Amino acid sequence: MRRRGYLVGAVCLALCAVMLLPLLASVLASLKPTAEAAASPPTYLPGSLSLDSYQRLWEYQQGLPVYLFNSLGTAVLTILFTLLLTVPAAYGLARFPVPAKELLFVVLLLALIVPYQALLTPMFLMFAKLGLTNSLIGLAVVHTAIQLPFSLYVLRNSFAAVPRELEEAAIMDGASSVQSLRRVFLPATVPAVVTVALFAFIMSWNEFLGALVMMSKSSKFTLPVVLAAARTETSLGGTDWGMLQAGITISIIPCVGVYLLLQRYYVSGLMSGAVK
Amino acid sequence: MRRGRRNGWVGLAYLSPALLFVLIFTVYPLVRMAWMSLHNWSLLTPPRWVGFDNYTRAFDDRQFWVSFGFTLKYTLIITPILIIGGYLLALLTAHNSPVRRLTRTVVFTPVVIGLGVSSLLWYWLFSTDFGFVNTVLLDLGVLKEPVVWLGVDADRSNLAIIASVVWKVIGFGMVLFVGAIQAIPSDVNEASLVDGASYRQRVTRIVLPLTLRTVLLVTLLSVIGSLLAFDQFYIMTAGQPQNETATSVFFVYLNSFPYLKLGYGAALSMVLALTILAFTVVQLLLTRRSHT
Repeated sequence: MRRRGYLVGAVCLALCAVMLLPLLASVLASLKPTAEAAASPPTYLPGSLSLDSYQRLWEYQQGLPVYLFNSLGTAVLTILFTLLLTVPAAYGLARFPVPAKELLFVVLLLALIVPYQALLTPMFLMFAKLGLTNSLIGLAVVHTAIQLPFSLYVLRNSFAAVPRELEEAAIMDGASSVQSLRRVFLPATVPAVVTVALFAFIMSWNEFLGALVMMSKSSKFTLPVVLAAARTETSLGGTDWGMLQAGITISIIPCVGVYLLLQRYYVSGLMSGAVK
Repeated sequence: MRRGRRNGWVGLAYLSPALLFVLIFTVYPLVRMAWMSLHNWSLLTPPRWVGFDNYTRAFDDRQFWVSFGFTLKYTLIITPILIIGGYLLALLTAHNSPVRRLTRTVVFTPVVIGLGVSSLLWYWLFSTDFGFVNTVLLDLGVLKEPVVWLGVDADRSNLAIIASVVWKVIGFGMVLFVGAIQAIPSDVNEASLVDGASYRQRVTRIVLPLTLRTVLLVTLLSVIGSLLAFDQFYIMTAGQPQNETATSVFFVYLNSFPYLKLGYGAALSMVLALTILAFTVVQLLLTRRSHT
């Protein structure tokens, strides 16, 4: 029994090593000096540490700050739009005898059944007319449309789980529906709101195809799109591998960071929202 | 108004912004896509009604079948790896001990990284002259010469990309399986221990049957996700060689955007959406049953 415990422990640690090695390799490669980062075959460990690759990334085309701003701006707008739409909608669905509720819920969850990849062409045409291509707001709208069903589903369940007595007490005190939402429901559904914001952030920060389609000006590229473009564009007579690793490292840090910080919310969101 | 009850029309007002949003940004594009699919349209010329020509054209288009076949092959190879691998990982780590918890966290970490970014990472790892995959295999003596993994041979590219995606998403199934395994009432497990059931018997007779619904659900999610694969192929092979590794979504993308065959692209999108619909309906039926 004890030997088996050691075996499991060893297998677990080996798995951890296998999963972490690619990430570690990328981070280490991003810290190699310029010449070493371009070496073939590559060195396993950096001979000396340097921030050259980050320096080149900082100045790449429009400059890293522009791309960080685009990615972060889109993600923040996505969180904002998603919460502004789904918090009231979840409240309405969970707490009011809305006419034709079932039908409306199905319409709201429609994006679950239709993959957004298929809708991008008509959306692009519409956005081109509205001037929403090459716009952070436009891309955030696409991301909100992707994220809306999951968010609504998670929030509705959370709103529905708030005890009726709490709401009734507020109503007896003469609270309006807006006041009940603010004083009773929002404090009681904080975990669900955090979960929704977390998923919206990670999705928007990482999303690739929508950003590729909607953003054609390089000054509007998000981080994954500019890195994908940089993978083939030559700067040092070939792919600048060191700079690419620096970009990958910077892209990974925020999502892994918020995941590790808010792991509890992430896993519970995954469980409750496994419909998506 | 009854005591402690809210008015339905007020509820509708709370619902209306989201409803309006979905009507404009999901329902309208859907209708528009259906309309577009019945027209011949490139941005330069006005749309012209062609009935179902775009659909029959897809049927005769060799690349349509190449893309569909390749996507199917990718899906059929990766799904069993993700499900069986994810389940084995879940069996290994389902009990709560520090080392198992750590393993779950680590194995799940790549799930939160973007597929685009992880594809770039693996594009580098699999690169012929600069990547660690060849370097390690050469140093271990497994290979005599560097292998060109990506973009030359469709099957070899597929395997490399599958390896990278397995690394990226296997933790997703694992976490859902761990949840299902932990939800098995402990007295069921204890009873089987008292009966002297071996580990293998417990897994095949108790754990697996009691978590079967989650296994089906994750399988469907994985199939749907794989049929919609795009990022990893766009980034790692760009469809090469000769669009042999261009997946269905990639083919839609090529027609709609670089080629600007909007009507044709829309018809292809419709076919894609209907294929996915079939799987999603089954998935929703499965989840719905679990909530009632």
